[in-house]
This record gives sequence, structure tokens and C-alpha cells, in this order.
Amino acid sequence: MHALISSRPVLSLVRTLALGAGLGLTALTGCDRGSSPSNAGAGKTASSGTPAPAPAATVGDIVIGHYGSLTGAEATFGLSTDNGIKLAVEEINAAGGVTIAGKSHKLVLKSEDTEGKPEKAGTVVTKLITADKVAAVIGEVASSVTLAGAPVAQQFGVPMITPSSTNPQCTAVGDMIFRVCFIDPFQGFACAKFAASDLKAKKAAILFDQAAAYSVGLKDEFEKNFKQMGGEIVAVEAYTKGEANFNPLLTKIREKGAELLFIPGYYTDVANIALQARKLGMKMPLLGGDGWDSSDLAKNGGAAIEGSFYSNHYASDQPTPEIQAFVTKYKAKFGETPDGLAALGYDAARVLADSMQRAGSTDGSKLRDAIATTKDFKGVTGTISINDKRDAVKPAVIVEMKGGKPVFRARVEP
Amino acid sequence: MTTGRRFCSDSRNGHTLRVDTLLQTLKDGLTIGSLYALIALGYTMVYGILKFINFAHSDIVVLGAWLSLVIATAIVKALGLEAGQTAPWWVGPFVLLCAMLVCGLIGFTIERLAYKPLRKAPKLNVLITAIGVSLFLQNTGQLQFVFGTRPQPIPSLLSDQVLFAIGNMQVRLLDLVVIGTAFVLMIALEWLVFHTKLGRAMRAVSFDVRTAGLMGIPVDRVISITFVIGSSLAAAGGFLWALSFTSIKQPADTSWVLLGLKAFVAAVVGGIGNVRGAMFGGLAIGMLEVFGQQYINPALKDVYVFAALIVVLLVKPGGILGKATVEKV
Repeated sequence: MHALISSRPVLSLVRTLALGAGLGLTALTGCDRGSSPSNAGAGKTASSGTPAPAPAATVGDIVIGHYGSLTGAEATFGLSTDNGIKLAVEEINAAGGVTIAGKSHKLVLKSEDTEGKPEKAGTVVTKLITADKVAAVIGEVASSVTLAGAPVAQQFGVPMITPSSTNPQCTAVGDMIFRVCFIDPFQGFACAKFAASDLKAKKAAILFDQAAAYSVGLKDEFEKNFKQMGGEIVAVEAYTKGEANFNPLLTKIREKGAELLFIPGYYTDVANIALQARKLGMKMPLLGGDGWDSSDLAKNGGAAIEGSFYSNHYASDQPTPEIQAFVTKYKAKFGETPDGLAALGYDAARVLADSMQRAGSTDGSKLRDAIATTKDFKGVTGTISINDKRDAVKPAVIVEMKGGKPVFRARVEP
Repeated sequence: MTTGRRFCSDSRNGHTLRVDTLLQTLKDGLTIGSLYALIALGYTMVYGILKFINFAHSDIVVLGAWLSLVIATAIVKALGLEAGQTAPWWVGPFVLLCAMLVCGLIGFTIERLAYKPLRKAPKLNVLITAIGVSLFLQNTGQLQFVFGTRPQPIPSLLSDQVLFAIGNMQVRLLDLVVIGTAFVLMIALEWLVFHTKLGRAMRAVSFDVRTAGLMGIPVDRVISITFVIGSSLAAAGGFLWALSFTSIKQPADTSWVLLGLKAFVAAVVGGIGNVRGAMFGGLAIGMLEVFGQQYINPALKDVYVFAALIVVLLVKPGGILGKATVEKV
């Protein structure tokens, strides 16, 4: 034992670190096959001679992975996205699948649960890539989780598209990471612009989640833009996800006379904040970002959330044919109105399939180049063009909560 | 918005101490503190008797909150009330009673199945079993056919009317009910422990299990009763929590873990094993947290609680009321 350790100290160290980091044996296996990482996702399309086909997929199928919060506090995020991707995969397969080199291949979706926890993301992405041998990964919604999953996809050379993480850092992880949504600097700008020019607010207060990358980023951008537009930020207070008692924070804000309260958090906390703010007699409109987008917001917030606004990727009541066709299909399959995350999941899967077709391959680097050159793709959430930072450039919509439903209010162009 | 009355302004700092804000903070501290105290009692009672930390205790709180939600929703549906309509007065007490009964029963079962077989095993085994029970409850709770993973709102059980207001500080029926129920339960427990035969038996078992047994005290039954009482107090804590914060998060949410941890800190700060210590610790931790949040820096609210724990452990390791009283339960 002693001899073994002294002869392979590095391996031993790697093993200890990998286990310590909670990645377990999968990470170690990953290191071992790291010499040709891009093969990880490429193998299964070559229908002959590949020794290791994906478990549940028949030969010739292309496996794509999705990691998301299928359970956990923000479960509707992951479930909506998963439904959106499922709908897209079903449609693509019904239309003959993805054609590569004259042969058509069916898409197979593998979904893994992160429980919305960053520490789970590394493990499940490693599993999708090494065990399920996915050609590409879609996920996550929450930026903090995406930031934990992206380095794994990058390391294995498997392209990844995050449907809805808006923090700028996400795609900066590496050249394999893309997104089909706008980024927080733009979302912050959109919220500030709406607050200043549409609501004509002069004084705003901010209540943000100091533990979420998304919330901190959006807060900074809103603050900067709102000040530039001549507004005043009268109070900035921080909470941590899972907080139950917002009374002390809200009491502080109440004294400052804000006309608007900006809450760049997730819907689970926003419902509680709204309820407690109204109980404290605060009647100003609340404004937030796409983290509010869930049917559970109105369910938990009730009357407290009425008349509040948030920026989003699309509004289901916009009368464009693309959106209405998508809403009808989604409702027929899942029995509920799709939220923005479902729409983005749908778009992400379709952009991916489109890129595979254009690349004529599922090889990591070829697929990456194809995703990077996506231009004017007609998505449900707007026309998608990927820029040199691997981000999508598209407009935002502002929706208003009316009768428990988000209703289209304004559109902000980039 | 009305401007509240201003008293004693401190011009040097530019801060104005507003009386209504101070009262509001006091009220919040009292609410949170009495909930911490109710939950801390369960930790302290089990520790007093069995000398181990029941990590599954906070999950009984969660169970209590969710049971209240499920029962209240069922009743409201059966009565045919519209969303937002307040239920009749008897629904609240009925839901509380049901939740306490069911949780008491579950606490009893957990003790019988998980802890009793380990009565003679090393303490560490029991501790790890408790963590196992906690994980089991959390993960069972978030199954789709149990409570699910989505946050749910509890129906309105009390009128939302403001009883009276001082400046910006409003007192509602809800505030009085939460604080009142918590105190009534704590006084009842105090009476039970110090003024009944059962309480004397509990104190005796806590003092020395073997000798108590030799004296003819049915040790196993006393331990079971302790678990039932601790678990029903946890259920009451969960019920009051649900009333105060309306939207209930899924059983495995981190906020529950933090709630349990703080109640545990309250028990330790007050002196673990000491019933009065747990009540005092709960109120002290609640006040500290809310006042720190209001007057120092809200972002550090958890820091105040755990810093207090460190200070108490350094200065008085037995807890504030720990060594002073001989009686332990």
C-alpha cells in the first residue's frame, strides 16, 4: 500500500480531491478518458463499429441531455423547461428527426435533476456526458447552477445551451457554452427603462437575494441604468434565499418613501415578500425579472402580487402566430399555459437540432461552430442570433400581473 | 404613507429612532422568538432525557406546517369557501389540534422504530440514526403524492383586519394569536414538567435513567411521552409558522434546515436540557436576529445568531440558564 501511494502520488491526490469535491468516481473516470474528450458526445451517430452505444437509445439515435431543477424549491423552472424541450423533441422527431449526412436520426432526451442546487450540477452533467453519452447539454435555469454545470461541459468538449440563465458570466465559462436568452445587463436596462419612462418612477428601492448570482447581477444593472435615467435609489436591502421573515427589511424600506420596489429574486421568495409588504401597508408596484415567471407566483402571492410587473422573454398572450401556435400545442400536451422558461426550453432544443442539421455532425467542435453561427432563427421567444460572446440578442417584454395571469404590457428593444 | 411620530433623534448619526419601528421590531422579535422557543423545547426535552440531539426534530416542524396546510385546504374546500375568504373561527384550533395529534403520533413511532432499538448503543449511532430519519422525512415529504416540491399557500384562517396601529406599526389578530398560542403552550409545558407526577417522572429519568428505573418509574413510557410532547410542540410551531408566513416551502427547502438549526442554537444558548432555558433562548435568539437586522445590517442576520452561539459556548458552555438550575428535563 505504501509503495503504491508513493509511486502514484498524483493519482492518489486526484482521487482524494475528486471524492472530496463530491464528484465521486464519475469525475475520476472522466479524467481518465480526458485525452479525447470530444468523442464523448460524438460516438453514437456513427451507426457502425461504435463499441459503446448509449443505454436506452437505439443505434442511430442522438441523445441530448437536460439538467434542471425537476424537484426542489424552484421546481417549476426545471419542469417547465423540461416540458418545453420534450415538446420540441417530439415535434422534431415527428417531422423525421435530424438529418445528418443523408440519414435521419431521432432525438432522445435524457433529463437529470439538480434540485436547483449548484453542488449537484457538476455530478449530473458529468453523468449525462460520461454515462448517457449525450451529444449536447441543455440547462440550467438558475445562473448559479449553470455556472457550476458549464465547466464540466466545457471540460469534456460537449456543447451546452442554457435556455434561460441570464447572468453574463455563464457563457464566459468557455467556447462550448451558449444561451438563447438575453443577458442581465439588458434585462436590468429593460426594467429600469420601463420604471423610468412607463411608470414614471423617480424613487426606487431594491430588495435582492445576496446569495444568487442572478439577483446580484440584475440589481447592479438596474441600479446603474435607473440612476443614468435620472432616478434615485433610496434603499438597497439584501436577503438570502429561503428567508421567511422579510418584515425587518421591508420596514426599513417603508421609511424611505420609494414609489417602486425592485425585487430581482425568484418567485418563491417574491410571493412571500409581496404578501408581507402589503401587510405592512406598502402599496407601491413591485417590479422584477424573469425569475418571477411561474404559475406558482400568483398562486402563492394572490392579491398581493396584482398590479406588479416583471420583465420576461415572451408573453403568452402576444398575438403573433409563432407564439399562439406554441401555446396551443403546449396546452394540448401539458394542460397549462407555458411560461417563459417552457418557451426558452423549446427554443433551445430547436436551435440545437437546427445546428446539428447544419453541422452535419454531432461532433463537439463542429456542433459548437454551427451553434455559434445561428442567425435569425425564428424562435417563440423572438428572433435568435448568437453573437460573438455566445449570447442571444433579442427584445424583452414587460408583463403585468392581472387577475392572476401575466399580461403583455410593453416591449423593450435591445 | 403616514409619517410616524418621531422621538429622541440622534443628530450625530443622522439616524432617527422611530417608536413605531421599534415596536414593530419588538413584535417581530416576539413572534419569531416564540416560534424558536416552541421548537427549541423539543430539542431540549429529548436531550435532557436521552442525551442526544434529535436532528429529525426540525422535520417534524415541517410536517406540522404541511399537515396544517393540507388539513386546512381540505376543510376550506369542504366548506366551499372562495380563495381569499376567511375560514370560520373553529377551523384554526381544529387544524392545530389535528396537526399536533398526528405529529405526536409520528414522533412516538419514530422513537419506537428508530431510537428505542439503539437505547444501549453508543450515542454516536443514535445521532447518525437521527440524521437518517431527518433525510427520510425530508425526501418522503417532497414526493409528488405526499406534499410535492412546489410552495403552497395556506388558506386564510384568521381575519386580516388591523386591530390597532401605532404610527406605521400595525397589530393584527394573527400576531396576537401566534404569540398567545406559543405562550399558552409553553406555560402548559412548564406546569406539566414542574407540577405533575408525570413531570416529576420526566425529571427523574433525566437526572439518572437507571436509578429512575429502579425506583419504579416506567422509563420507556416516559421517553415515549417526551417524544410525543416534543413532537406536538413542533407541530404547533409548524402551524404557527404557516399562519405567519402563508406560503409554505417544500419539505427539503434550506429555509427549514436553517429554522431547525436556529431553534437548536436557541436550546444550546439557553442551556440544553433545560426547559426554561429553551424558552428564554428562543426569545433571545429571535430578538437578537430581528434587532440586528433592523438596526445593524440585515444581510448578516444569520451571523448574529451563530456569533451568539460562539460567545455563549466560550463564556458559559452550559448555556445561559444551563448550570444555574439543577433541575434538568
